[in-house]
Amino acid sequence: MKIHEYQAKALLKKYGVPVPNGQVAFSVEEATAVAKQLGVGDKKVVVKAQIHAGGRGKGGGVKLAGTLDQAIAHSKAILGMTLITHQTGPQGQLVKRLLIEDGCNIQHEYYFGMVLDRETSRVTIMASTEGGMDIEEVAAKTPEKILKAQIHPATGVGDYQINQLFFDLGLPKSAAKDFRNVVLGCYNAYVQEDASLFEINPLVLTKEGGLLALDGKINFDDNAGFRHPEWAELRDMDEEEPTEIQAAKFELSYVKLDGNIGCLVNGAGLAMSTMDIIKHHGGEPANFLDVGGSASQEAVTEGFKIILSDPHVKGILVNIFGGIMKCDVIAAAVIAAAKQIQMTVPLVVRLEGTNVDLGKSMLNDSGLAIVSADDLNDAAQKIVKAIGA
Amino acid sequence: MSILVGKDTRLVVQGITGSAGSFHTRQCMAFGTNVVAGVTPGKGGQLFEEKVPIFHTVRDAVKETGANASMIFVPPKFAADAILEAADSGVSLVVVITEGIPILDMVKVKPVLDAKGVRMIGPNCPGIITPGEKCKIGIMPAQIHKPGRIGVISRSGTLTYEAVFQLTQLGIGQSTCIGIGGDPVIGTQFIDALALFEADPNTDGVIMIGEIGGNAEVKAAQFIKEKMTKPVAAFIAGKAAPPGRRMGHAGAIISGGNDTADAKIKILEAANIRVASTPSHMGVAMKEQLLERGLLR
Repeated sequence: MKIHEYQAKALLKKYGVPVPNGQVAFSVEEATAVAKQLGVGDKKVVVKAQIHAGGRGKGGGVKLAGTLDQAIAHSKAILGMTLITHQTGPQGQLVKRLLIEDGCNIQHEYYFGMVLDRETSRVTIMASTEGGMDIEEVAAKTPEKILKAQIHPATGVGDYQINQLFFDLGLPKSAAKDFRNVVLGCYNAYVQEDASLFEINPLVLTKEGGLLALDGKINFDDNAGFRHPEWAELRDMDEEEPTEIQAAKFELSYVKLDGNIGCLVNGAGLAMSTMDIIKHHGGEPANFLDVGGSASQEAVTEGFKIILSDPHVKGILVNIFGGIMKCDVIAAAVIAAAKQIQMTVPLVVRLEGTNVDLGKSMLNDSGLAIVSADDLNDAAQKIVKAIGA
Repeated sequence: MSILVGKDTRLVVQGITGSAGSFHTRQCMAFGTNVVAGVTPGKGGQLFEEKVPIFHTVRDAVKETGANASMIFVPPKFAADAILEAADSGVSLVVVITEGIPILDMVKVKPVLDAKGVRMIGPNCPGIITPGEKCKIGIMPAQIHKPGRIGVISRSGTLTYEAVFQLTQLGIGQSTCIGIGGDPVIGTQFIDALALFEADPNTDGVIMIGEIGGNAEVKAAQFIKEKMTKPVAAFIAGKAAPPGRRMGHAGAIISGGNDTADAKIKILEAANIRVASTPSHMGVAMKEQLLERGLLR
C-alpha cells in the first residue's frame, strides 16, 4: 500500500526525522490559510501536488512561491490539474490534495532509503551523495556511489553503522545529530509501521548545516494490514483502480493492463505466464487476474464482471490448472457466470487437472459459445485468433 | 532417490484441525505421507481421522512421535510464532504453506532458523513432493506426478503443476518437486535446491521456474554456470508484466532494472541455461537436453 508524501512526512516526524513545517490542503482556501500560517512573504513556501506517482516536479506539480499571491496562484493551477509523470501513464492523475510547506536553502541533496534486501533477508539502508536524481540510474551507472548498511533484526542499527554512513557521505559535523535522527527514526518507523519501502529523495543538507527530509515516500507491507487498522485512514481510494478495489473484496488479485484480451487464471505464476503466452502469439493481455486456489462460483462470476467492465476487452481466456480445485467445479462456475452476465465476447477455456474430462464435456454441453483449448499454447493461439488481432 | 523428503520423513502438521490444514493433511495421507502427529493448541489428546494423535504443542508431538518435519497451515497472524515453535522443537525441516505472513515477521524468524540449522521451505508455497517415495508435504495435486529423475524448483504454485504435468505427459518422471514460495523472504532459495539436486545421485536434470522481482534467478544462473554439471531448463514468468505493479505474489514486482523477465532470461542464457520460450515449452526444454546427453532414450 502506498501513501502520500504529506502522510509519510507526518509519520517520519513522529519518529524524530527532521521534516519541513507544512500541512495538507484540499482546497485553495485551505492552501491560502496554510501559506499565511507558515508566514509566506517573509519566506518562501513550496506548493506540492499530492499524488502517489513520482516525477511530480518535472510534470509541473511542484512550485515555489515567494508571496501569498504566488502561493494562491500556484495552488489554483495545481489543484485540479491532471498531472502526467513517467509513473502515472499517459492518462495522468487528477490532483486533489496539496502539501504547502516551508522552502529551504539547499546546500546539497542526498538520497536516503530503506528496503528489504532479499538475498540476506535484512532491512537495508541505502544512502548516496547523488540525491535528487533517479536512484535506479545512479545504481546502474555508478553503483559505488550507493552506500549500504544491513540491519540485523535482533540488534537494530548499530552506532558504528551510523558512523560509517555519516563519514562515507562526507556530512559535516553540524549534521551529525540530525543524521542520527534520520537513520534511527527511519529504521524504527520502518519496523514498527511494517513498511516495505522508505525513500527520502532528496534528504537535504541546508545552508544552515542541518538535515531535512524534503520528500518522503513510504510503502507498507500489505500482509501486515491486520495489525494496522490506522492504515484505513491513510488509504486514498482515488489513487487506486476501482476495479482493483472491487476485486480485492472477493480476494481476487487483479491488475489492469492496456491490452484487449481478458485473462482469468488460478495462481499468480500461471496468471503471469498466461499473459506472457498471449503476448508471444501477438495478442495483448488486458489484465492479470488470479482467482486463487479455491475460487468459488461467486468469485469466478465477479472475476468475469471485473474483466468485462474494461471496455477494451474483446475476448477472454480462462486458464485453470485444477489441482485441488476440480475442473468440473470450475466448469460449472464458468457456465453459471457466462449465463448470468450474458457474455458477448469470445471465450476460450483451457482446463487441465483433476476431473478434466467431466469439466470439458460440461462446457461442450452447455450450449454456450465456449471454445475449448487443449493446452496453454493452443488456448493462447485460439483467443488471439478469435479476436482477430 | 530424492532430496529433503522421502520414506523416512515423519510429519507433524501445525494447524491440522483448520479447514485447509485438515483437507490437505488427508490428501497427503492418501498419497502415502507418514503423518505422525498434528498440533492445535487446546485440542491435544484428540485424534485426527481416528488415527493421528493431536498435541497442544510441537515439542510434545516431537517427543511422543519422533516427528522430523513439520507442515504449517497456521494463519498469517500466528505463523511466525508457529515456525519458531517448530524450529525450537527439534524438527529439521519446516514447510510453510501459509500465504500472507508479514515480511518483517519473516525477517526476524529467518536468522533464528539459520542459527539452528533448520531448513524452511516457503512461506507462501505449494510445498515439496517426492513421488517415488510416496511423500508429499504440501497442497500440490499428487496425481499429476510420476516417479522419475528430474527435479523441479519453482517460485509459483500452479506454474509448477504446469511444468510437472508437461514432464509427465512427455513420459518423464520427477525425483523431487519443490515450490520455494513467492514471498521476498523465503527459507530455501534456488541455489540451495540446485545444490541439493546436483548432489543427488537420483536426479538427472532440473527445471527451474522463476519470475519477475528480486535477483534469485541471477544468483542461480551464476551457481549453475560455476557448479552444476546436470542440465537445467528454465522459465521466467512475467514478460508481459508492467514495472511497479505487484503481480499476485508479494515478491513478484519489478522494482529495479535487472529484475525484469527479459533481463533474467538474458542472464540465464548467457550462462548457457536453456530457457523455454513459452510456459508451454518447459517440459520440452528439459527433454531436449536429456536426449542430447543420452539420459533419455
